[in-house]
Amino acid sequence: MSYKGKLNFVGLTDKGMVRPNNEDAIGTNLETGLVIVADGMGGYKAGEVASGIAVQTITEFVTNGLKDTRKRSGNSESGYSHESVLLRNAVLKANDIIHQTAQSQPQCEGMGTTVVACLFYNNRISIAHVGDSRLYRIRHGQFEQVTVDHSLLQELVSRGFYTPEEARKSLNKNLVTRALGIEPTVQVDIQEDVVLLDDTYLLCSDGLHDMVEDPDIHLTIKTFSANLETAAQQLIKLANDNGGRDNVSVVLARPLKSFEAQKGFFDRLTEWWFSS
Amino acid sequence: MGKLILSLDGQEIAQYELDKERYTIGRLADNDIHVDNMAVSGHHALILNILKDSFLEDLNSTNGTYVNGKLVKKHALQDGDIITIGRHQIKYLSGQAKAEGDADEFEKTMIIRPGAKAQGGAPSMDSVNKAISGGGAAPIAEAAKGAALPRAKLQVLSGAFAGKELELNKALTTLGRPGVQVAAITRRADGFFIVHVESGSGQGFPTVNGKDIGAQAQKLNDNDVIELASVKMGFYSMPN
Repeated sequence: MSYKGKLNFVGLTDKGMVRPNNEDAIGTNLETGLVIVADGMGGYKAGEVASGIAVQTITEFVTNGLKDTRKRSGNSESGYSHESVLLRNAVLKANDIIHQTAQSQPQCEGMGTTVVACLFYNNRISIAHVGDSRLYRIRHGQFEQVTVDHSLLQELVSRGFYTPEEARKSLNKNLVTRALGIEPTVQVDIQEDVVLLDDTYLLCSDGLHDMVEDPDIHLTIKTFSANLETAAQQLIKLANDNGGRDNVSVVLARPLKSFEAQKGFFDRLTEWWFSS
Repeated sequence: MGKLILSLDGQEIAQYELDKERYTIGRLADNDIHVDNMAVSGHHALILNILKDSFLEDLNSTNGTYVNGKLVKKHALQDGDIITIGRHQIKYLSGQAKAEGDADEFEKTMIIRPGAKAQGGAPSMDSVNKAISGGGAAPIAEAAKGAALPRAKLQVLSGAFAGKELELNKALTTLGRPGVQVAAITRRADGFFIVHVESGSGQGFPTVNGKDIGAQAQKLNDNDVIELASVKMGFYSMPN
């Protein structure tokens, strides 16, 4: 099914002011309700190979998985929905292909990529992430970071050595503790949540959140809220105005109306329904 | 490379080059920095060096660890900090110019490889684990494995279904009555959170312990009482 008219996706990526090439990759796909940001790293141009493989593999895997209705069932053991399990498997597949490519192609040795991917379905969202690319959400005027970075800095904050303010000044900024393609297997963080009609979602690479403070990101999206395209352009401009030391990618996503799956009357009931 | 200068009453006693990951400070002889004074605990404090940064952690000492006159438990050391332990002072010198110059150098993202040997200036995950596993915290690798997910259940406390139980064994559970009041409970690594989804006209927010949950997700605690669509439910944590 297509989400045209139900969801609005806007994605922009820019190489920034300093780097010679863009190692980020993004994907927005209204047919499947999938959005992705990947931030590649590694030697000469290998970073963009890794992030490119991640976006392509995850998109293909999810597209094919959603078509295959025979296997539509949640994973009852883990309690995750079919879509969450599919998204996780797609990210694992991307890890596999990037790792194999890095092993077999000398010029790709050591390449890797972070990824944050969201799949919208049935007024819900499944979120998968590895590394320090982030998902933020604006809900009822509150700006919040949904994903928790897999980075050394985040570990130090979690352990109480740094306050989040001190962390922003640390030199150990860009050490990620997980990435796709580095090891034969990777642990993917999965979250599931409901989508409300006035939510706005922002996926971004660290080129945005390292360069622009959270309140400024929030204010920009709020100010240009009528037009996601303009909001995305302004976010990139802001990162570049602040120095643009890294590639910067933003994907904005927003529901335009309910995208609840078409179901029979009895399916409309929530999982735990009661009459008083 | 960072350096520590130990002194007592303004007299320098010793200098230490910080060329390994962990330094313990204490009264007992097995410490890297041995301070033989009754005001100092056996193992008083720990200094961890991770790449270019150093971190100080008090090891539950009797008399405490002070940095620039302030009592600290954990502290990210800054160039010139004065650590006070008993009557002894330790000055921390980071050994690096406050360089904006190498900005691009450290902006490049590197990966810490779990278990792998250090290479290309990036520490191995192993060494980082060792370095910051002191003070009773679980090593990163274990934390990262995402220890077992939390478990909890709901029990209906009022109405015709009183006594009915539901284990919250899904990542996302919606409950309530469509058109009246619906909420969702999400399971995350750090617990369960309830969020309001929709209400029919004239209906407000669900409540937890008698208070509106409002528009934001709210963390649930053991024995919380949720009221949703006029039904009261208890939230109970379960052992893993």
